[in-house]
Parts: sequence; C-alpha cells; structure tokens
Amino acid sequence: MSLAELTVTELIDRLVNGTTTNVEIVKAVLERIREVEGAVNAFITVRPEDELLAEAKAYDDKRQAGEAIGPLQGLPIAIKDSICTKGLLTTAASKMLGEFVPPFDATVIARIRQADGILLGKTNTDEFSMGSTTENSAFGVTRNPRNLDYVPGGSSGGSAAAVAAGEAPIALGADTGGSVRQPAAYCGIVGLKPTYGRISRFGLIAYASSLDQIGVCSRDVADAFLMLSVIAGHDPHDSTSLGTPVPTFPKKADSASLRVGVPDEYFGAGLDDEVRAAIQRTLDLMKGQGHTVVPISLPNSKYSLPTYYIIATAEASSNLARYDGVQYGHRTSQPGGLIDMVTNSRTEAFGDEVKRRIMLGNYVLSGGYHDQYYLKACKVRRLIADDFSRAFEQCDVIVHPIAPSAAFRLGEKTGDPLTMYLTDIYSVTANLAGLPALTLPCGTTKDGLPIGVQVVAATEQEETLCRASLAIEKLLREE
Amino acid sequence: MNYTPIIGLEVHVQLLTKTKIFCGCPNKFNPEHPNTQTCPVCLGMPGSLPVMNEEAFRLSLITALALNCEIAPFTKWDRKQYYYPDLPKGYQISQYDLPFSHSGWLEATTAEGDLRKVRIRRAHLEEDAGKNIHDESGRGGDSQVDLNRAGTPLLEIVTEPDIRSAVESKSFLEELYLLLTFIGVSDCNMQEGSLRCDANVNLKFDDGIATPIVEVKNLNTFRGVEAAVDFEIQRQLDEFQKTGRKLGDPGVEKETRGWDAQRNITLAQRGKEEAADYRYFPDPDLLPVTVSAHVVAEIKSHLCEPPSQRKRRFQKEMALSEYDADVIVNRGREFADYFELVASTCDDAKQAANWVTQDVLREMNDRRLNVEEFPIGAEVLGTVLKRVSEKTITIKSAREVFVALLEDADEDREVTVSRVDHLIDDRGLKVVSDTGALDAAIAAAVAESPKAVEDFNAGKQQAVGAIIGKVMKQVRGADPKQVREQIIAHLSGN
Ligand SMILES: [Zn+2]
Repeated sequence: MSLAELTVTELIDRLVNGTTTNVEIVKAVLERIREVEGAVNAFITVRPEDELLAEAKAYDDKRQAGEAIGPLQGLPIAIKDSICTKGLLTTAASKMLGEFVPPFDATVIARIRQADGILLGKTNTDEFSMGSTTENSAFGVTRNPRNLDYVPGGSSGGSAAAVAAGEAPIALGADTGGSVRQPAAYCGIVGLKPTYGRISRFGLIAYASSLDQIGVCSRDVADAFLMLSVIAGHDPHDSTSLGTPVPTFPKKADSASLRVGVPDEYFGAGLDDEVRAAIQRTLDLMKGQGHTVVPISLPNSKYSLPTYYIIATAEASSNLARYDGVQYGHRTSQPGGLIDMVTNSRTEAFGDEVKRRIMLGNYVLSGGYHDQYYLKACKVRRLIADDFSRAFEQCDVIVHPIAPSAAFRLGEKTGDPLTMYLTDIYSVTANLAGLPALTLPCGTTKDGLPIGVQVVAATEQEETLCRASLAIEKLLREE
Repeated sequence: MNYTPIIGLEVHVQLLTKTKIFCGCPNKFNPEHPNTQTCPVCLGMPGSLPVMNEEAFRLSLITALALNCEIAPFTKWDRKQYYYPDLPKGYQISQYDLPFSHSGWLEATTAEGDLRKVRIRRAHLEEDAGKNIHDESGRGGDSQVDLNRAGTPLLEIVTEPDIRSAVESKSFLEELYLLLTFIGVSDCNMQEGSLRCDANVNLKFDDGIATPIVEVKNLNTFRGVEAAVDFEIQRQLDEFQKTGRKLGDPGVEKETRGWDAQRNITLAQRGKEEAADYRYFPDPDLLPVTVSAHVVAEIKSHLCEPPSQRKRRFQKEMALSEYDADVIVNRGREFADYFELVASTCDDAKQAANWVTQDVLREMNDRRLNVEEFPIGAEVLGTVLKRVSEKTITIKSAREVFVALLEDADEDREVTVSRVDHLIDDRGLKVVSDTGALDAAIAAAVAESPKAVEDFNAGKQQAVGAIIGKVMKQVRGADPKQVREQIIAHLSGN
C-alpha cells in the first residue's frame, strides 16, 4: 500500500519505528497530487515542493537526533481555504479574496504548527463555504475521486476529496450545515464536526458565525479524534469557544454497550432506498453486538432546513458586508463614487450563490420581516435543540443518515438551488443544536458510490461520540 | 403664539481604557500616525473575532451608575449594519434593544437658574468607527481612511426630550463633562472627539402643534451646542411661520442637519439616514453579558461624590460662596480634593478657598501645571494658612512663605510641612508680641533718623515711612500697622 493511503496513526507508527521518513511521506503525497490533481482539483494552493521537503527533512533530522517531536510528527496536512494561514494565500474560493494573504494564523493553524504538522496546501471549497457540492468555487469544481463524474459534496469538498484521493493523509474543513460531514460521506471517508465552540473559530473566514465549526476529514475515526485533540480547546481570541477541558479520546473500540437513538423523522420520504438499507444494516449490526436501539422523536427537525437557511443567510449577509473593496480584496476598476465602488466591487467578485444568500439574508433581517423570519427561526432553533436534549435523556448517541442520497452527478442540481438545499436536510440539525457529529462510511451504492452514516452525541460529549464511532467502524470493518 | 423648545441630547463619550473595546490595540488619539494602532480585529480582517474588553464594560457601569441609571441584569451585543469606508466590517458592534443601562437622570441649570432633572433614557456601549480623511484642497485628491480610532470604546448617552432651552442644553453638557471627568471614565477632550454631541430639537406650541424634529449633528463644543440649539429654535420658528409644516404631516420625516461652526448655521445634510434600515441582529461572535446585583452594589459603593453634590456641600457645610464652590469644583476632582485638604489642614475653609482660587490658580496657570504637579502640596499650604489662623504669622508673611516655597521648588529643594516653620524662623516672620523688643527697635530707629524726625515734626506725616522701614528690618514679624501707630505715638511724645 502506498504511503499516500495510510492513516495518520499508521504513518506515525512507521515514522516512530523508523520504517519511513517525513521526506518519503511528503514525496508520496506530492507524487499522488501530480497523478490525480488534474482530474480531482482538490487544492487551490499546494505549497512549493522545495519548502515542503525542507520542512519534512528538518523533522527527519530532529527525529534522528532524538529530539521530541509534537503529536503530528511532521505529517502534511491539507487546510480548507477558508482558514487563514499567515503568509499563505487564503481565498475562501472567492474572486473577492483571490489575492488575499492573511497577516495572521488562525488559532487552529497555530496549534497545528505547534504540534509539528506541515501545512501542505489549501483546499477547494464552495465560495465562502456556501454550497453543498464544491461547484461554486471561483477556482473550478472539485470532482469526487471515487467517480470523477460525481460531486465530492461540499462545501469542504476539496478537503474530503484530497483525503479520499490520497493527496493528503488528513485535512481540516469547516462545517456550517454539514460541510465537513456530507463531503466526507460522499467521498467515503470520516468527517467530524465537534460541539460548537470546541474548536476556536479565530481565523476561520466566517460564513454563519453561530453555526460555523471547524472539523476534520480523515481516513478513520481515530485519526479524526487525534487531530481534534490537537486543535480543540479554549481560545481567548474566540468569545464563543468552550471553556471546558477537552476530553481524552479512546483510540480503540471497547465492548461497552450503547443506547442508540434512531429518530423516525429522519427516515421518511425522500430518503434513497440504498442509503436507508445501509443505515439499517449498520443498526442491525449494532443490535447484534449488544447495543440497544431506542426509537426517539425529533419532531421539530422538519423545520430544520428553513430555520437553517434563514439563520445562515442572515449571518452571512452581515459577515460578508466587510468585502466592500475599501481595505482589501477585490476593488472594481470602475469605482465612481462610494456607492458605485462598493456595488461594482461586490457585483464583480461574488458568485451567484453568494449573492443569492446575501440577498436572502438581508431580506430576512430587514425592517418588517425581521420578526417574521429571523426571530422566528431563532425560536425554532431553540425548539430543535430542546428536542435533542430530551432525546439524549434516553440514548447515548443518535444515528441517522447524513444525506438523502449518495453523491450525485456534477451539474445535476446546479440549476435548481432549492433541490440543492434539500440535500442538507439531515446535516443541518447538528449545527443548529451545536452538537458533535461524525459520519463514517457504511456501504456503497450499486454504482459504487460511498454511503455515510451519521453519529450525533449530546453537547460536549465528544468522548461518547468517539467511543460509538469506533465501535461502529469496527463492526463495519469486521463485517 | 407661545412655544416651548423640546430638546433631547445624544452624547458620545470615548472611554479611557488602555486598549480598544474588542481587541488589544492601544486606545490612544494618534492622528499623526494613521493606521498604526490597528490589528486584524479592528481592521475587520476575514476570520478575525472580537473579544469584549472587561475594563470598557466596567467604566460603562461606573458611568451609568453615576448617571443614576438602572443596570440591566442581562445585556447583549448587536450588529448595526451600514456601509461606510470608516466602518471596516460593514457593521458597528453596538447595543440595540437591550442596552446595559437605562432610566437615569442628571441635573442641569435652566435658563431661569433653577435645577432640572434631565432624564437619561439609556446609555449603551459600542465601538467607534475610524475617520475618513478627505482632500480639502479642492483638487479632488483621494479620500483616505484612518482606522486608529476604529474600535475605541464609545458610550452613547441618550436623554429624554426634557431640555427646554439652549442655555440648559449647554448646562447639561457641562454637568455631564464635569461628572465624567470627576469619575475618571473619559478625558472628554472635545478637540480630539472624546465627547461629541447631537441634539434633537423641535418646538411645541401652546395649542399642541409641534414643528418637525430635527437632529443637529457635529456639536463639538459647549458654545456650539448652545449656539446651534438657539439657531435651530429660531430657524424652525421662521420655517413654521413660512410653511406651516408640522410634526405628523404626511411626508414630514425627522431631518438631519449639520452644525457649521464657521458660519454659525445648521445645514441640511444630504443622504436620508432615516431611510436606512440597519438590520440589527445579535452579534453571534460575542456572548451576552450578565451583571449581578453584587457587582452593581460593589461599584456603587466605590462611586465618588458627584460634582453637583460636592458644590452643595462646599456651600452648606463649608460656607463657601456659590462662586467659589463653582470655581473649585469646575476645576476638576483633583483640585477639589486639594482644596478640601488645605481647608481641613488649616481649619479655615474660607481662607483656603481664597488661596486656592487666587494664589494657587494663578501660579498653576502661569506655570501651566495641573494641581497634581503643583509644587506646594495641600498639606504644606494648609500648614502655612494654619500659621495665619493661629496668628503666628501675618497674611503678608504667608505670601512671602508661599513665594519662598515656590523658589524652593524651582531650585529643587523639597517642599515639606517642616520647611514652612523653618522659613518662618529663618526669616523672622513670627508675629512679635514682645513689646519690649519693638519699643527698643523704635527708639533705635528714631535715634538713627534725625531728618525724618525733623520732617515729621514739621508736619510731614509720610516721613514716618522711613522709620517704619528700619523697624521692620529689625523686627520682621511685626505688624506694620501697629509699628506705625507706635512710632507716631513715640514721636508725638506720648
Ligand atoms: Zn485592533
């Protein structure tokens, strides 16, 4: 097996026991990028080879000299291009930030550097993370490495595709309404979004601040939590980051039995039969292993999609107001007066989906509609979260699909935004309720496309999420 | 027809914090070096996040409590959204429907000289914007933006429309200025924009009809507030007589006018701000703030005596004139503290008031010092005056000691309480009550001055002056008046 296909845990084992080097790993990854990137287009920026090899060699030398190396052991890590990296182009896949080089590192980037990770490059995304397929990028679409005619999901489609294609052992994404979990599922890998506030958002280019949470795309469950333990934890630069300590996560499945909640509402009409069957089989395997399946109800989840799109677009319209062409970012060559300068700069540099969401957001916040839309959505959001709190009195984790179907064809839904939004129906609730959630592959369709199953835990219960996910992963592997 | 001006003020106050409200940049007026006190947060860079400055919130609580406001137990941050080049994020972090404080009052002096409690509707905390710098040469150069000011903690204080005249508007602002500087939350430097005022003005006629409300902006001096409100009252009256347009007429909206201090007029401002929809919503990047009753009580217990109350106490308990109390308190809290310490040291408030309002103030002005820098400390001056009230020295000698102490300071000698008595001794300034010594000195001086004696006997009273001078040289603590009387008695053969 190529080094480019191993998990982080496996790579670290080989580095530590001396059977490979950081230089070899970086070379293998760069080789894979050269092979597939032309077709997949997972990256917006890959750092220059000489820099990467020099950093890798420095870690090899350190290890040789017996010096301590941090938990990421000099491994290359791909970063979603909506996360600020000091001195490295950060575009959020928008023409607006086409030349933006941040003067600071996001907190997660600082922690990765501190933990001796190597920044490999910046991955493609839907523009400002607005999309479910990575088709809305100013830098071209990303294709699903499992089948190049299919979307990789989005918005962190570049990160998911890179990990699935062997272009990076692990990647950071960001998840606002499923943007890490859904592409991970479409690409057949693991996607983790922790509790809101578990990972600092400082340096994450905001889409919808109350929903955004940085997450991990990885090849297995243990890798996702290894990365989480590096980047999680309170950050004084983010007022919404959690103050509670980060739990330590188990690395292997144990035999403890779990109460698995299954919400009836998430298995209704519109769910693809193959997906339904794959999830059902997963649940059956769990039952067979002695876990208890508990039927639960999340009645307000039926309002989750409109609630999500109102809150997300409201916040987005405000978060994107700073791109006015004054200080940084794209400025029109036709400035005229102030109003023309702002209008033309924004008109020229934002893509259609971004414009659509800015308009929606401004509409739901505007005088006369604010209470009817925005305020109501905030109230429903609370009801949705309350449903989950009640459900977690009866179960340890909730299991349900991440998306109504497996990946679909490129261009299949771009003409119909509403159908596109419907693909988020099972993923947005974890963001609305701020809950930790993970998807892992649980089968494939007859066309060979991966199917993901989603595991959700109560707030701040990432340890439970980790245990349950490891258990499910083990069952599915042993099957 | 009779009318009453209806006036409400909106005052913006920059708080004296070390750092800005949502980032660690220094909070310092620095127009000479634009855009040097900035960071990704106050520049509104993508990915940056605000973190509330606890000190700014504490100073706000102090201010609101000094303004007799209620403190909300729960308050939050909202985004006020509009585009302007000096607003880097495209929104201002402010407080909309749940300000941290409300329902207070502050007394102002009416045109008739009475006190009126002007109600404070609310006070909320927000971030200041940057500053646009336009080319004023008329050559149409580029406009520039300085973001040093962006993110300065700004307290907005909104009164009810309780003010009834231009004089009263000015008085309110002066009282507010005094209070804010007393409690030390702002330097209120109006040139630097630390205290800025807008006024809402309209007229109400006796029959209940009112003129449209006008918001006058850019009132950045006390005189400006008074002049602008005066101008606006007259302008609205003229306008109403011409057009009859009144509040509530269809199409009548609140108008925004700017004060032109050069021409002393208000001018209609282009761009209808009223039409703006700020699309307020809670800022998801910041947590709501809860304020416990305990914290409120703790701050209340440390509030200093407000200046208005202090003036009243100076008059009532220390028998100062209204004029002296005003002069002393209006100079600021440190000066009032200085006065009180002088007064308590010498136990003669009236004497202390005379000295601090005249001698001390004059020297402070000449030397361009504030009271903390003034070389003669309150206890030292109090001791000098105590020697006067004990009748150890005369007022004239006290002035000499005062001057000598200033010379000490100029020559870097320490100015201490014990130095006062040394000076009195060294210079022989003690009042001499020993008549024997005085008699001897007079006899000697008379004997030395045959010409003066001759002149005196020839009827020239002023000839005594030369003899007095000689006596005073010998007996420095003597009272010149008494010396004069004794010499005349001596010469007259009594
Ligand atoms: Zn700053």
